[in-house]
Amino acid sequence: MLFKYKDFISTINLSKEEIFEILDTAKHMKEINKREVKKVPTLKGKTISTAFFEPSTRTRTSFEIAAKRLSADTVSFTSTTSSTTKGETLLDTIKNIENMHTDIFVIRHKCSGAVKFVADNVKAHIVNAGDGTNEHPTQAMLDLFTIREHKNTLTGLNVAIIGDIDHSRVARSNIWAMQKLGINVILYGPKTMLPSDTTPLKCHIAKNFKEAVTEADVVMMLRIQLERQNKILIPSLREYAMYFGLNKTSAKYLKKDAIIMHPGPINRGVELSTEYADCDRSVILNQVENGIAVRMAILYLLGMQKRRTDGSST
Amino acid sequence: MDLLLKNCTIINYNGQSNGHIVINKGLIEDILQNNDNIDNIYASKIIDCSKFIVMPALIDMHVHFRDPGFEYKEDIISGSYAAVAGGYTTCLCMGNTNPAADNTTTIRYMIDKAEKIGLIDLLPYGCVTINRAGEHIVEMGDMLNAGAIAFSDDGSPIMNSEVMRRALEYASTFNTFIATHSEDSNLSANGQINEGIVSTITGLKGIPAAAEESIIARDVLLADLATAHVHICHVSTHNAVELIKWAKSKRINVTAEVTPHHLIFSEDNLLTYDSNFKVNPPLRTQRDIKALFDAIKDGTVDVISTDHAPHNIDEKHIEFENAAFGMIGLQSTIPVLLQFVEEGKINLKDIVKLTSYNPSKILNLQKGKIEKNYRADLVIVDKEMTYIYDENIIKSKNYNTPLFRKTLKGIPVYTIKEGKIVYSLK
Repeated sequence: MLFKYKDFISTINLSKEEIFEILDTAKHMKEINKREVKKVPTLKGKTISTAFFEPSTRTRTSFEIAAKRLSADTVSFTSTTSSTTKGETLLDTIKNIENMHTDIFVIRHKCSGAVKFVADNVKAHIVNAGDGTNEHPTQAMLDLFTIREHKNTLTGLNVAIIGDIDHSRVARSNIWAMQKLGINVILYGPKTMLPSDTTPLKCHIAKNFKEAVTEADVVMMLRIQLERQNKILIPSLREYAMYFGLNKTSAKYLKKDAIIMHPGPINRGVELSTEYADCDRSVILNQVENGIAVRMAILYLLGMQKRRTDGSST
Repeated sequence: MDLLLKNCTIINYNGQSNGHIVINKGLIEDILQNNDNIDNIYASKIIDCSKFIVMPALIDMHVHFRDPGFEYKEDIISGSYAAVAGGYTTCLCMGNTNPAADNTTTIRYMIDKAEKIGLIDLLPYGCVTINRAGEHIVEMGDMLNAGAIAFSDDGSPIMNSEVMRRALEYASTFNTFIATHSEDSNLSANGQINEGIVSTITGLKGIPAAAEESIIARDVLLADLATAHVHICHVSTHNAVELIKWAKSKRINVTAEVTPHHLIFSEDNLLTYDSNFKVNPPLRTQRDIKALFDAIKDGTVDVISTDHAPHNIDEKHIEFENAAFGMIGLQSTIPVLLQFVEEGKINLKDIVKLTSYNPSKILNLQKGKIEKNYRADLVIVDKEMTYIYDENIIKSKNYNTPLFRKTLKGIPVYTIKEGKIVYSLK
């Protein structure tokens, strides 16, 4: 195994080989998910805790199913049911549960860098399930897995990422990983939703929707965060849908074989109109399916690592 | 004689000389040449300074002593000890206390407490507006009478330009100035670090340079309109430097300060999400740092102040976005500035000019020079000593600085206020 990190926090430091190891491991995991008995004893006796300090259904469920299919015991808590509402610090909360002998934590937090902060201060393995506007690395891995499934390759592809890039942890994790793999990423969105300095992203910024998608093998539509106060960033959802959404008018610029992706949950009629969310080219539900396999792979690579460093297998 | 400093290398803002400093009744009574006979001078204490340099004691125009209200971070006692250990004998403390320093009682409390310890001259800023809310200006005349040195709503910029204009006018009536933390709080809302490459990489919300620059532009124009003196705190961007340079060229009464941390650290330090680097204004880019050094050299920046901002570990060792802004600085100014001297970026005279001579001029103090009849506020510095900057050295109640436990070079060995030794290293 190449994967040697205590934690899975970010895609920014992953090498091409490490990314492929995760994707290849996930491929094996996907086979397990298709069996009659969808369970292997790999992580039997391990305790995995999902700690979500921000609302989530899909990601938390996905991690829990992934952990259970590897036979780990899972505990989950969200900020509304945990003692963080009683004024306990994030680190205290995690350290308490760590001392109940939790092996792996899956953490989502609204603050960028918060998951790294926890990882730097506890011994348990930490998986980042989304930290603020920074990263969502398992989402990037499942996106890459899904792209590879449909395109049979990753190198040389053109990927368009469209929407609120600046506030998107999905975009950041994907961009860092895609950079490593030689994927050409093109970004598009209203300027209010792009970082003011895009140089570190090393992506081309399209001038309009047409330019963004014309060459794209993959069109990834980002979710507009309705819960966020976006009133200053865009005048209305109506106008956003007209100029930045994928709909009948804009879809005519897509290549015939382009696949449509979305990290979910979809705002139908805003970034993605229903006919394209549900069309043949949409791989959105494949992404969800592959999320389980990819998260099994990550949990496996972390969970098996301890045994390795203990010396029982090298 | 109270004190005789033998064999001194004397650093002044305008030159370097050698000699013996004779101190009596709190003043520099005489400076004798090296070949003058000092054998028959009687002094109650004699210090041989042949291994050290002697500078005017430092004046810090920007500290937070957190007293009253946040004594768990720092208080006037611990702050005074940190100041003298850093070579300072004069500190201007900001009024973001609880209660805020918007009244004579709080100002008197601060000064009395500092006088009781007797280590430094504490010259408090009064708030510009009641409760630092940016609405109603305080009773400046009465507060000056109580001992306030000038006025500032530090940390809570006055967004209402009419209030700022009238505050500048009213302050200038009493021949004092307003020190501004220039920041458009709408532009910077929820911001964590400099907006730029590092905010793009880390996903931390950026604070654009324009948030600082736009208000500096406004404030110098208002100072012009009000024919008043505005002091721009902690300048951090290259455009801010240009704006101040422009204002000075128009003879607008503006002075400006820069902090050591904005000179030594950059946004690159934030890639690790280390909250000890979280300050406001945020650490900027290498280009900005270069502009700040140029501004020191060409006189656009008048003063180096620390913005000494102690915070408890519970306010720092948490998620970056929830961590408090600020770092301590009183005891690291000298080693940091001496490092710049070694690197050839500034010289020893610049240190004296920016940390003592210019502040003294701005504040009309009889300090800032080692010259006959000046106040004997001096610091004797060992330039060569290296040491670990740890809890044994730091006198502040908290250690929130990225320099904590790092090796530093250069340290005050004696700090002298009005001829009395208020600090000695050993």
